[in-house]
Amino acid sequence: MKPVPFAQIVAEHGATVWAVCRSILSETDADDAWQETMIAAMRHLPDPAEGTNLAAWLTVIARNKSIDIHRRRVRQATPVADITAVADRVSIRTGSHPDPESTATGSGTIDGDLRAALARLTERRRTAVLAHHVAGYSYAEIGELLGSSEDAARRSAADGIAELRRQLRRRS
Amino acid sequence: MTVPTEPADPHERKNPMITDPPTTDLDDALTAALDPGSERIARLTTSLAPRADDEGLLDLTYRRVDGPHGPLLVAATETGIVRVAFAEGGVDQVLEELAEAIGPRILESSLRTDAAARQLTEYFEGTRRSFDLPIDLRLARGFRARVVAHLLEIGYGRTETYGQVATAIGNPGAVRAVGTACAKNPIPVILPCHRVVRSDGTIGNYLGGTEMKRALLAMEAA
Repeated sequence: MKPVPFAQIVAEHGATVWAVCRSILSETDADDAWQETMIAAMRHLPDPAEGTNLAAWLTVIARNKSIDIHRRRVRQATPVADITAVADRVSIRTGSHPDPESTATGSGTIDGDLRAALARLTERRRTAVLAHHVAGYSYAEIGELLGSSEDAARRSAADGIAELRRQLRRRS
Repeated sequence: MTVPTEPADPHERKNPMITDPPTTDLDDALTAALDPGSERIARLTTSLAPRADDEGLLDLTYRRVDGPHGPLLVAATETGIVRVAFAEGGVDQVLEELAEAIGPRILESSLRTDAAARQLTEYFEGTRRSFDLPIDLRLARGFRARVVAHLLEIGYGRTETYGQVATAIGNPGAVRAVGTACAKNPIPVILPCHRVVRSDGTIGNYLGGTEMKRALLAMEAA
């Protein structure tokens, strides 16, 4: 396999890597996790071995870096503040305005409606949905992030998806 | 796009609703909801290069320079400018060649390339007559390295023939090989292969096209 210039890898997969990081971290922490992911990837070049799916390879690194940062944050927080801190971090991109009205900046678009619907989910369901369906974290990992069991994380994700579908259908 | 006739709550009245909400491709829509946007990626990429450099992980940086004869790609190693390429057809192929020849840790950055970009712009504007830049000649080995190194001695506004270059590097029979070396000059413009012409007075070939060679020589003669 000919070596791929890293600039092309960043251009092609940079957004995916950020989404993986952002699914469980704040924007600022996601930026840090993105940088650490790319540095780690550069350190591994020119391997990955032949035939490696670059997107999958980067996603694994991004998940591990994000979990590291998440753990660091949880360790730094007091147990009581922890739940709130996690909740703050999992709000979606425009989630600095938890009010669904101001969250739906793309009103009239699928994107805007989905944002509004996501903002209405409980933090626990939102984290489970984004971390599993966007970033591919396992339910065991999500359970650890949420401080719950693997089964509870799986239920949160399923309930979150069902609620999103319900909300989006109602709006049609 | 329709406005719901019976909004479920006051918020929704302000939000015209879509008629076809996602159900099957919800995963794609969720991914889009976490899209960083191109500006954020550009900003993150910009700050990545210095950090990679600090950790000794940066084989090359590159940037585009817009000149009067089309875009150029300028690439630099830790040692200096290693490649200038005519990038009319995009940079991907050049980057792939560099990844294979030097290393894959390549990022777009003004780091290492800034001075070259500035000096090239000044040169094309006619305000600079020589380049003052660190050069990395690793892409031209042996005989070719001797040829392109000699190019630096052909001053602004002057020309030499392929034969004169061959004689100057102590190999007067190697006229044709001098032509090949010029054609494979890894750092055109900065190493001025455009100043090497045919002994019959015609200007000879050029990596960036005969027109560009003629234009550069005309600019330098003005």
